[in-house]
Amino acid sequence: MRDFASVLFTAGLAFLLLVIGSQLAFGAPPMRVGGELLTVAGPQVGAANIVTAILLGYRGIDTLGELSILFAAATAAGLVLGRRRAGGPQDRPGGLVLRAGADLLFPLLVVVGLYVIVHGHLTPGGGFQGGVILAAAFFAAVLADPARALSHGPIVWLEGLAGTAFILIGIWALVEDGSFLAPMLPKGTMGEILSAGTLPLLSVAVGLKVGAELAGLMASLAETETPE
Amino acid sequence: MMIDPSLDALTPEMVLFTGSIGLIVIGTAGLVLGRHLFRMLLALAIAEAGVNLLLVLTGFRGGAIAPILGFAPAGTPMVDPIPQVLVLTAIVIGVGVQALAVAVMIRVYRAYRVLDVVQLRQRLESDICDAAGIPTAGSLDEPLGGRPLPPVPAPRPVGAPARRPIHVEGTNT
Repeated sequence: MRDFASVLFTAGLAFLLLVIGSQLAFGAPPMRVGGELLTVAGPQVGAANIVTAILLGYRGIDTLGELSILFAAATAAGLVLGRRRAGGPQDRPGGLVLRAGADLLFPLLVVVGLYVIVHGHLTPGGGFQGGVILAAAFFAAVLADPARALSHGPIVWLEGLAGTAFILIGIWALVEDGSFLAPMLPKGTMGEILSAGTLPLLSVAVGLKVGAELAGLMASLAETETPE
Repeated sequence: MMIDPSLDALTPEMVLFTGSIGLIVIGTAGLVLGRHLFRMLLALAIAEAGVNLLLVLTGFRGGAIAPILGFAPAGTPMVDPIPQVLVLTAIVIGVGVQALAVAVMIRVYRAYRVLDVVQLRQRLESDICDAAGIPTAGSLDEPLGGRPLPPVPAPRPVGAPARRPIHVEGTNT
């Protein structure tokens, strides 16, 4: 009976979504804000990547909120899982291929992650994407060999400093320009690394914070005691 | 987009559109039909992927390019950037939510050694009833059928063992 009701509910949801979808004009976005931003964002923010311009320029305070959600999730996961007791049972390390592969991937992933973060205002990418790649670089080694635990001290410091930098840039803009996280500094030439004012700085802060937070989250998951 | 019965309507965009709705439906079905907690989390991840795809597709515009300036002459139509921004953050938040869910699941498994929702509910209920000292609903050692139950739950005699040992974190690991 419960299964029947569930199937009925799912079929109804599918029908509803398809009907709503078939009524929409496909290929003509219903929101007009996006079209307006496409013409305005270039001159106003000076970033070639309009997605990053919106993420850090127009929706900066929402990005700060999302960072705090991630921070809350990481903190809660650490709180729920607790710390490993010394001498508890541990996963066995992976084979030679896994460990050597993780070591070989580490520099490549770090370089790619930093590149994606620093070029966030020019090419597809930005703080969030690059941060995830950075976290993967540090976490691959832990996956390959669980005994090589990530030390939490530097991660926590990096995370806190990056978050403070983001908020300080926002407050600086609030004092100078009158609105929180407004783009500051000269815009420069569009398409160059040093352009778009404070956007690259914000991008670096977001990237480091996301990377440190995800790495810490995964490390606390990996550090939980193995059930015997 | 009116659904046209002819085959011409089967454009790649149409396939993506129905595909993302299909992912949402598959994920929802897994959520409501599943009994294993971890599989329900995977179903949630599938539904989330479908929602993200659908959001990005709402910004679709025919013949448009990615919203990055400097790669095409000015005036080239571009797709709506706002859904992309929303999805960008939704993915990262989704990872956080999944990690937190896995963390809670690890604790549940450590305490009860089971992730099946139905069994978990039974054990939780019997643990709660044991802790409160009231009979478990439908338990075999209580009178069934027309026999009257005592109006006030009979207190367990002092020193008598609990019906089931209460699982306390740390005692069984």
